[in-house]
Amino acid sequence: MSVVFLLIIIGILVASVFLIAFIWAVKTGQFDDSYTPSVRILFDDDISSSPKDEEQTTDINLEEKSKKP
Amino acid sequence: MKKEQLKCIHCGDDCGPAPIIWNEKPFCCHGCQTVYQLLNENQMDKYYELETSPGIKIKTEQVPNEEKYAFLEIDEIKERLLDFSDSGISKVRFFIPSIHCASCIWLLENLHTLNQGIIQSSVNFPKKEVSVTFNENGISLRKLVELLASIHYVPEISQQSLEKPTKAKSDHSLLIKIGIAGFSFMNAMLYHFPQYLPGSENLETDFRLVFAWLSFFLSIPVLVYCGNDYFLSAYKSLRKKIISIDLPIALGLITLFVQSTIEIVGGHGIGYFDSLTGLVFFLLIGKWYQSKTYAALTFERNYKSYFPVAVTKVTNAGNETIPLDKLKAGDRILIRNQELIPADSTIQKGKASIDYSFVTGESIPVSKNEGDFVFAGGRQTGSAIELLVQKEVEQSYLTQLWNQDNQTEKATPPISLLINKVSQYFTVIIITIALTAGSFWYSKDIEKAVFAFTSVLIIACPCALALTIPFTFGSTIRQFGRKGLYLKNTDVIERLSKIKSIVFDKTGTITHTQSSRTEFVGNPLNSEQLRKIKSLVFHSTHPLSKIIFNTIRGNEILKVESFKEIPSLGISGKIDGKTINMGSRYFVTGEEKPEEDLRTQVWVYMNEKVAGYFQFENNYRQGLSETISNLQPNYQLHLISGDNESERENLVPLFKDHARLNFNQSPTDKLKYIQNLQLNGDTSLMIGDGLNDAGALNESKVGMVIADNIYNFTPACDAILQSDKFSSLHRFIKFSKTSMKIVWLGFLLSFLYNFVGISFAVQGSLSPIIAAILMPLSSVTVVSFATISVNFMTKKVKL
Repeated sequence: MSVVFLLIIIGILVASVFLIAFIWAVKTGQFDDSYTPSVRILFDDDISSSPKDEEQTTDINLEEKSKKP
Repeated sequence: MKKEQLKCIHCGDDCGPAPIIWNEKPFCCHGCQTVYQLLNENQMDKYYELETSPGIKIKTEQVPNEEKYAFLEIDEIKERLLDFSDSGISKVRFFIPSIHCASCIWLLENLHTLNQGIIQSSVNFPKKEVSVTFNENGISLRKLVELLASIHYVPEISQQSLEKPTKAKSDHSLLIKIGIAGFSFMNAMLYHFPQYLPGSENLETDFRLVFAWLSFFLSIPVLVYCGNDYFLSAYKSLRKKIISIDLPIALGLITLFVQSTIEIVGGHGIGYFDSLTGLVFFLLIGKWYQSKTYAALTFERNYKSYFPVAVTKVTNAGNETIPLDKLKAGDRILIRNQELIPADSTIQKGKASIDYSFVTGESIPVSKNEGDFVFAGGRQTGSAIELLVQKEVEQSYLTQLWNQDNQTEKATPPISLLINKVSQYFTVIIITIALTAGSFWYSKDIEKAVFAFTSVLIIACPCALALTIPFTFGSTIRQFGRKGLYLKNTDVIERLSKIKSIVFDKTGTITHTQSSRTEFVGNPLNSEQLRKIKSLVFHSTHPLSKIIFNTIRGNEILKVESFKEIPSLGISGKIDGKTINMGSRYFVTGEEKPEEDLRTQVWVYMNEKVAGYFQFENNYRQGLSETISNLQPNYQLHLISGDNESERENLVPLFKDHARLNFNQSPTDKLKYIQNLQLNGDTSLMIGDGLNDAGALNESKVGMVIADNIYNFTPACDAILQSDKFSSLHRFIKFSKTSMKIVWLGFLLSFLYNFVGISFAVQGSLSPIIAAILMPLSSVTVVSFATISVNFMTKKVKL
């Protein structure tokens, strides 16, 4: 049964890691804005690098987007 | 293509009869087209692909002049605006009220394509903020703001935005507390669970000891850090001789901890640490749910956020931009079109037409001439004027009034909340029961007596009671927000449910601010005549001319010869050789205007006879009569207006009472009116819109501001109502009462649970398992009851 002690210690250590991760996330402001990142992730990469290629990709995007209601 | 269906690619507005076509795309105005062109040239068309017509339209008269942002070159102001600045790299945050969609985020986060000096920019959508890191060698702060303004994302920079608030920290600590409490709760539950199973008595004592001490150590941070607010506030209110809900909570928490510690030290059991940590966890969740705020809305604004940051000072050496707080009496300043008069002054040069609707409630702009006195807060419309400052900003008539309000607000004691009243009785009753139970057992069994005493305090810990209000009001505030009424905090709901009288402001509140209804009295004019009138008023800067100009449709402007503008009388000119005169009755007809007629009129003389006159009436909000008639039976309705009496006849049928209609009221009069009402015991709801109502809004039990755009400037208040939701006002007030009923039912539920728990406790037979079941169960019941019934009721009453 003494293995249970080990498990308990491992359990509480793992949980502590998550707690520390949570506190770190809060302190670095990851919970300040819960909306913008969800939109941001849908954007394509920078447009400045190669405008011509970009135009084509955006056209495709337009078609995809316009299908949505 | 059908012309009438053309929608502007940029802003989605109707393009009207004469759209501007650029690159085969229709635009409603040059402003929109310029932005499109700029983005198009930079390969940023995607802006128009993420969302349809995402752009912001800026009306031509609001286009900023070149010098508007000159103040951003003053080092002192720059320093206060910048978040960070080091070796040419600076970081700044702007509040941009017009951020509204995914396209906005995309464009503002790709600002670096528009200007190489911008290193990085990121948007905080809920706060409507964009923070920009830029290279000062590449782009100056002023150029950056001008760039944002040129794509119609005009940042709001005011006196108040210079004083940076640091509010985010407290939000962080609440989240961290929830995290820690949750962590401890989950683990403690795990350790306690084996004890509740049948056969737990066969568990090895080593296990029991380890579990007990682990939960003990887990609960220490919960008690000391997560729960410290409850101890603090219980202590604070005790010092003020108030028994708040936090007192029985604090008592319960301490007893739980002490009792459990005694149990594990004595080796009797493993205590109630799971209940203790769970309790704090639930309470903190309630606090978090209740603290829902609208990040982009500000309820605390004072005049400072309405006033500009800097003014143009006229000196012999030329114009100079100075920060507003450096402005002194005796300075000469230049006020351009659409700029605000920052201090009481007299006009030195130029003709002023000042829109006071926001500060005094007068619906139609006032014309002023050289030598006239003007109050701070008015907005100049028309050409630039030169002013001589008479009083410093802080001492101007209206500024002083607003400053006073802030003081009175601090002096008033906090409102006694329902929960505090209930908890007073609650605490007394619980302590009495605990003492009775203790003394009952005292003669028979001292140990049991102490146990019964502590058990009552533990089980009666009003967790469910304390959760009722956060969850009921928290849900209500969310529902209100969805329907267009934004509350400052949850206390407002309780106050709103208790109001007895409602006071309305007129200009901007029950009428639309800008658009007065214009009516022509006389022989109907044909289109030829209308065109002539439009052409004539086109040359005049008088506010009434502008209103007439905007009401007449069509774009064609005829040539006007020998145009004359005679101050305070009217205008005159010749079209096709025929004279047209427009202006006051005296100017056009030679007759004096009868004194009792207060309506604003512009008479017209054309084709060698008096054709009639334009009459200006206020344009009332939609649903006004419906709202008023719904409120009439239950509330005393009042009207206080800074405007003249011309609308009295229109309003009497609505309000049905002459005595409660008050006109020509100064901001101070409004404040006193509310004070008198409330002295007589009437708790009142003040509904206003402008700074002239600021005092009254502050003084009333609930101050509600009506706004066309809720992110624009609103004076300090408790609630902001979206103007198109005005007709739902009575439903909101009614629902606040429903909310209160739900709170009472929630109280009843939690009392029932307490009753069951106490009946175990007085017998001295409260075991940890009963506490472990009863306490979370009661909390969960109350929480789900509160949220479900609020959501159900909103659907039922069709809020």
